[in-house]
Amino acid sequence: MTAVAATYDLPADWRDFFALTKPRVMSLVIFTGLCGLLAAPTGIHPVLGFTAILCIALGAGGAAALNQWWEADLDAGMRRTADRPIPAGRMDPVSARDFGMMLSGASVVLMGFAVGWLAAAILAISIFYYAVIYTIWLKPRTPLNIVIGGGAGAFPPLIGWVAATGEITLMPVLLFAIIFMWTPPHFWALALFVQSDYAKVGIPMLPVVAGEAATRRQIMVYSVILLPLSLLPWWIGGTGAIYAVSAGVLSGLFLALALRVGLRRRSGEGDAMKPEKQLFAWSVIYLFALFAALVADRWLTVQG
Amino acid sequence: MMTMNGPDESQAERIRRQRNIVMALLLAAFVVLVFAISIARMS
Repeated sequence: MTAVAATYDLPADWRDFFALTKPRVMSLVIFTGLCGLLAAPTGIHPVLGFTAILCIALGAGGAAALNQWWEADLDAGMRRTADRPIPAGRMDPVSARDFGMMLSGASVVLMGFAVGWLAAAILAISIFYYAVIYTIWLKPRTPLNIVIGGGAGAFPPLIGWVAATGEITLMPVLLFAIIFMWTPPHFWALALFVQSDYAKVGIPMLPVVAGEAATRRQIMVYSVILLPLSLLPWWIGGTGAIYAVSAGVLSGLFLALALRVGLRRRSGEGDAMKPEKQLFAWSVIYLFALFAALVADRWLTVQG
Repeated sequence: MMTMNGPDESQAERIRRQRNIVMALLLAAFVVLVFAISIARMS
C-alpha cells in the first residue's frame, strides 16, 4: 500500500487567538477601566462591575484583532510585529477578522444588556475609533495619527466611570483627557527608537516624516501640558491631596524625562537611545501609578 | 494558515481538541456570567 500524504490546513492554536487581543495592551486598558469604575462616586454591584470590565477587555481585544487583520502586511515587514499570528502564517486573516468582529459585537451587546446602553454606546464608539478611524484612516495617512488615534486608548476610564454612574460628568472627561495627552509622548518615545521599522513599511510616524528634532519638541510640548492637566481632577475638587501630590510628583518626573529627550541632539549611529527608552518605560509606570493614586485617594477619602 | 502534511495530522487533531476544550470552558463561563448578571439585576 502506498502512503499518501494528506494535505490540509493546520488550524490556528487558541493561544494565537489570545495573542490577537494584544494581552499586554489589554492589561493597561483593564487597569484604567477598573480605576475609572472604582473612582466613581457611586457604587456598582460587583457582578455588574466585573461584567463592565470584562466587556471593556473584550472590546479592546476585538479592536486589537481587527487592527492586526488590517495591518497584517505591515506587521510582516517590522521585526517587532513579524511574529504575530497572521504575518507568521499561523492564522488565516479571515479568522482574525471574524474573531475581532465577534468579540467587538459581543462586548457591546453584553455591556448594553448587563450594565447600560450609554456605557455600551461609548464602548462601540471606542472600538470604531481604534479599528476604523485610527487603524484604517489615520495611521497610514498622517504623522499626527497618534494624536487623534490616542483617543481610542483614553476611553476605558470614561467607560468604567459611566458604567458605575450612568452619566458623563467632568471628572471622567478629565481622565479621558489625561490619557489622550499622555499617548503622544508615550508613542513618540517608542517611535524614536524603532523608527527604522516604521520607515521600512511606510507608516508616516512623526520621527519618519517630520524628523527627530520636531518629534523631540512635540514630546516636550505634550509633557508640559500633561503636568497641569493631571492636577485638574484635584483642582475641580474631584480628588483629595493624595492624588494631587502623586500626580504632581509623577508628572514632574515624566516632564523631567521628557525634557531630557526633548533637549537631546539628533541620535547618531550606534546610539543606544537610553533617555528615549527610559521615557517610554516611565510612561507605562506613570499611567499605572497615576490611576492607582486616583483609586487610593477615593477609597481613603471614603474611609476617612 | 500553514499547509501541513500527514505527519502533522496528529498535531492538527491536538490543536482542535484544545480549541474545543477552551470553547467549552468559555461557554460554561458565559452561562454562569449570564446567571450571575440576572441575579444581580433583580436584586
